[in-house]
Amino acid sequence: MIATIRRTIRLAPPPWLRLSVSILLGACAVACGIGLMGTAGYLIARAAERPEVLSLSVAIVAVRFFGLARPLARYIERLASHDVALRLLARIRVSFYERLEPLAPAELDAYRKGDLLGRMVGDVEALQGIYLRGIGPPVVCLVVAAAAVGVSAAILPQGAVVLGCGLLLAATVVPLVGWRLGRAAAGSAAARGSLTAELVELLRGAPELVMCGAGPDALRRLGEGDRAVARLSRREGLAVGVTDGLGIAITGVTVAGVLAVAAAQRSAGEIDGVMVATLALLSLASFEAVGPLPQAARELSSTLAAASRVLDIVDREPRVCDPAEPAPVIASRPTFALEHVTARYSPAGPAVLEDVSITLAVGRRVALVGPSGSGKTTVANLLLRFLDPVEGRVTLDGRDLREHRQEDVRRLLAVGGQNSHLFSTTIRENVRLANPDATDAAVEDALRRARISDWVATLPDGLDTLVGEEGGWLSGGQRQRISLARALLAARPVVILDEPTAHLDPETAEALMDDVLSALRGKTLLLITHRSEGLERMDAILELDGGRIVSDTRRGGAPATAE
Amino acid sequence: MRLLLAADVAIGCGTALLVLVQATLLARIIAGSYSGSTLADLRPLLGLLLVVFAGRAGLAWAFEAVGRLAATSVLSRLRLDLAARRFADDPAALDGAQSADLAAAGVYGATALETYFGRFLPQLVLAAVVPVAVLLWILPIDIASAAIMLVTLPLVAVFMVLVGGYTAQRTRERANALGLLATQFMGVVRGLPTLRAFNRSRAQTEVIAERSDAYRQATLGTLRVSFLSGAVLDLAATLAIALVAVSVGLRLDAGRMTLEPALVILILAPELYLPLRSLGALYHASADGVAVASRLLSASEAPPAGRTRARRPPSLRDSVVRLERVSYAYPGRPVPVVSDVDLALLPGEMVALVGPTGSGKSTIASMLLGFTAPTAGSITVGGVDLAVCDLDTWRASVAWVPQHPTLFRASVAENIRLGRPAAPVREVHAAARLAGADAFIRDLQRGYDTMVGDGGRQVSAGQLQRIALARGFLRRASLLVLDEPTANVDRESAGTIVDAIAGLRGSTVLVITHAPDLAAVADRVVEVRGGRVAQARARAVATA
Repeated sequence: MIATIRRTIRLAPPPWLRLSVSILLGACAVACGIGLMGTAGYLIARAAERPEVLSLSVAIVAVRFFGLARPLARYIERLASHDVALRLLARIRVSFYERLEPLAPAELDAYRKGDLLGRMVGDVEALQGIYLRGIGPPVVCLVVAAAAVGVSAAILPQGAVVLGCGLLLAATVVPLVGWRLGRAAAGSAAARGSLTAELVELLRGAPELVMCGAGPDALRRLGEGDRAVARLSRREGLAVGVTDGLGIAITGVTVAGVLAVAAAQRSAGEIDGVMVATLALLSLASFEAVGPLPQAARELSSTLAAASRVLDIVDREPRVCDPAEPAPVIASRPTFALEHVTARYSPAGPAVLEDVSITLAVGRRVALVGPSGSGKTTVANLLLRFLDPVEGRVTLDGRDLREHRQEDVRRLLAVGGQNSHLFSTTIRENVRLANPDATDAAVEDALRRARISDWVATLPDGLDTLVGEEGGWLSGGQRQRISLARALLAARPVVILDEPTAHLDPETAEALMDDVLSALRGKTLLLITHRSEGLERMDAILELDGGRIVSDTRRGGAPATAE
Repeated sequence: MRLLLAADVAIGCGTALLVLVQATLLARIIAGSYSGSTLADLRPLLGLLLVVFAGRAGLAWAFEAVGRLAATSVLSRLRLDLAARRFADDPAALDGAQSADLAAAGVYGATALETYFGRFLPQLVLAAVVPVAVLLWILPIDIASAAIMLVTLPLVAVFMVLVGGYTAQRTRERANALGLLATQFMGVVRGLPTLRAFNRSRAQTEVIAERSDAYRQATLGTLRVSFLSGAVLDLAATLAIALVAVSVGLRLDAGRMTLEPALVILILAPELYLPLRSLGALYHASADGVAVASRLLSASEAPPAGRTRARRPPSLRDSVVRLERVSYAYPGRPVPVVSDVDLALLPGEMVALVGPTGSGKSTIASMLLGFTAPTAGSITVGGVDLAVCDLDTWRASVAWVPQHPTLFRASVAENIRLGRPAAPVREVHAAARLAGADAFIRDLQRGYDTMVGDGGRQVSAGQLQRIALARGFLRRASLLVLDEPTANVDRESAGTIVDAIAGLRGSTVLVITHAPDLAAVADRVVEVRGGRVAQARARAVATA
């Protein structure tokens, strides 16, 4: 636990001052609540002795002060703690992003499956809980409980010992039980996740299940999953009840103990009756300090699990690094080449490419074909230096890419196609991604060359039209053309298109490839595809299978593979 | 459920009683010690106090346990109803995103519902019972204090409603904005490869920081107002305690009251407001719970009873499936997606349905499968209207491979075997071979035993398509409905699939396709445009 907290602090140091102020305010609010009951007890017991009203005035002022101060402190504390929480979220996101950035995409390959990436980003938010639950409540409890014990020690040391023991017990045993329960809740989270998956699958696959007559079976399985979740949830409920009950029981024993000690001392004439009342009410109220601990502990234990998952990822060292003294990139008409390259995504993993040589000479159009999983996209990743080869080398005009700065190399390349991400913003922002200062005229020109400007012109919002998450509001063809326009606007000498015709029907695919090839005239093109559209106009077609080049068809000019 | 609610009421009443007894005991012990009683005198009272605390601890445990029990049983019923309903009436009504959304509501909405049934409702009982009991207890002891409480209590309640009404909307808006922020961050993380490729990834750091900061400032502005009402609520409660303490103190001093009742009032004062404040804290969660419940309930509502479907459809081996002037329009939309379609499927014949996207091909298939009923015209099997046929029997003779098949969380073999659970291994492999799936399945680390579906091994769109085809082939159905079986499949596999479909003998096949080479092997090609049959060609013409 301490290690995770320390790692979290190293990743994103909190705004210490603000955090301390917010914790202090929280402690003030709780202390005022205890003070209110303690002084009220004193006031009443003292009043019962029927002194001059004036002699009660200090107690009356104190009672009123605590009554007013408590809600005020609570109000400011809530604002301060929300401010801290939001600042933390911002800091955590930024540092997480900064650490993640050099890892993408090659070293996050494993996370692209399913929605692990989505879950991981959800986990990032859990990190702020480390501060809000792991630091705040214990510190507030410690400060306030210490103060309460201190005040009661001034009244009656023996009573303070009983109270101190009770508070200590409530602050350790109860949260510990809560912590253990939080562990059990982690199991229930997994069971819930699997039940959701089951339910999604069942709702989505319902037509097929019905057609196969498998409905009743699926319902039975769902019922089993549901019972498992219900069982865990009930067990969790029972257990939460145990912490609540335990807290009350400890309070009762402590208050009774304090009363017994105070009563004994009172008979012995050590303290007067007023102090008995004050001490009793103070003890009763001081358990407010430990109240939030069990829930915080319960939540912290699941937070820690999420946090360590995130930390394990961001603490990785990126394997692709810039050289200490980078060689300048001068070429404006570069030739890229793979020379006997073998590549793998993890040191122990299988080779994705084996002894592959490809030359992308200036102005040539090379197609890379082959079944999915044959290593086509890895070639693109190598050129972009998302990945370094384990054997052989990737060169730019004969020089190893590893001698250059990554950003300098990428300045020569533009990417488009199915893996080119459309962001949930406007068409304009998506097109000028590589070139944020581009004018509307330039954006429109790129859209025209990608043959989609006519359609954009018909939209009521034109360039300001939002494309939805991952471009989900556009059709497949429209998405491809927008990503093509982006690659065109980037004005780079080499263009990599990864499956630009994926998910398109043959007519649309044919039309798109026509437009692509005319728009990219004069540029070096690497076309990655498993379809036939446009292949007849390529200078060379390389076929990859199982990470090796299995055929090399040239149409005049220099060969595509190195000699 | 009613029983659990009764238990909640019992717990509420028990808690109220123990709160009163506890306060009285504490006051008596303190007052006793104050006026000189020895520890020995007080021992029985202290013992009783311990018993009362033990009782409250037990009730606190029961409060949580009963609440959870109620919540889980309500949830289970809602979830299972939801799934059963989906099978029973209109299994094809939702698209993928909607199912995921509904499933998320069914499981994660659970948290909101759990809070509603498990905490909010029981807390509501407590909030109704405890303050009333406390007030009634104090009234005979000291009218003045009871009056102060009686005035402030509605004030607290009023502010609680204000917290709910005035700020709920704004708070929700901020929550939505927070959700949007998270989505934007997610988008940036997902798009990292693209951002890096264009050297734009570093610039995003500032964007993330700026957006988060703008959100923080806007949110704090809202919170200053919404927390204010919460603060007023808090103030009413603590100030009332202070007021009661001071006024009781002054009356004690004037000799119009004795210590013990004064202590009872002071100890009870916080208990008066506590349940209401806890209830206020649960307000938003409860509103969410109600929203989730209504969403699930509306999704699992019973459909209107339809016509009885008792007729056994005639065997497809020798009967013609005929669509006669069939039309279909989505409810509430005037323009039909399918209009006046006439189509006959002869036994053993293969018909290709071609035409642009959105021309109504899949709707025709859906009507054939009995998922949607034609809004006009009829579908007959050997002369019997499908609308009166028992759908289970009809579907047992039909195999369907949708355009986007579902892979279930099971092994590859089990996924194929869904088509015919009793099929021997040999036939599962044969069906996979026929669908061009055998080779890649054997290349998987665990072959046919490889787990696929959510959380399992990812398969490509083409592999998924071939597994689904194998599922359809294994079924040995008399009618095969294949929706775009070669889309998303690489050329080689597409060839294998076309050969397999061409080689199917004895079954009637309806294939929806864009691919010319697949249409070419059909006996007849029917072109659909704008929901109408545009052209029907015999095989010779299609291959020309």
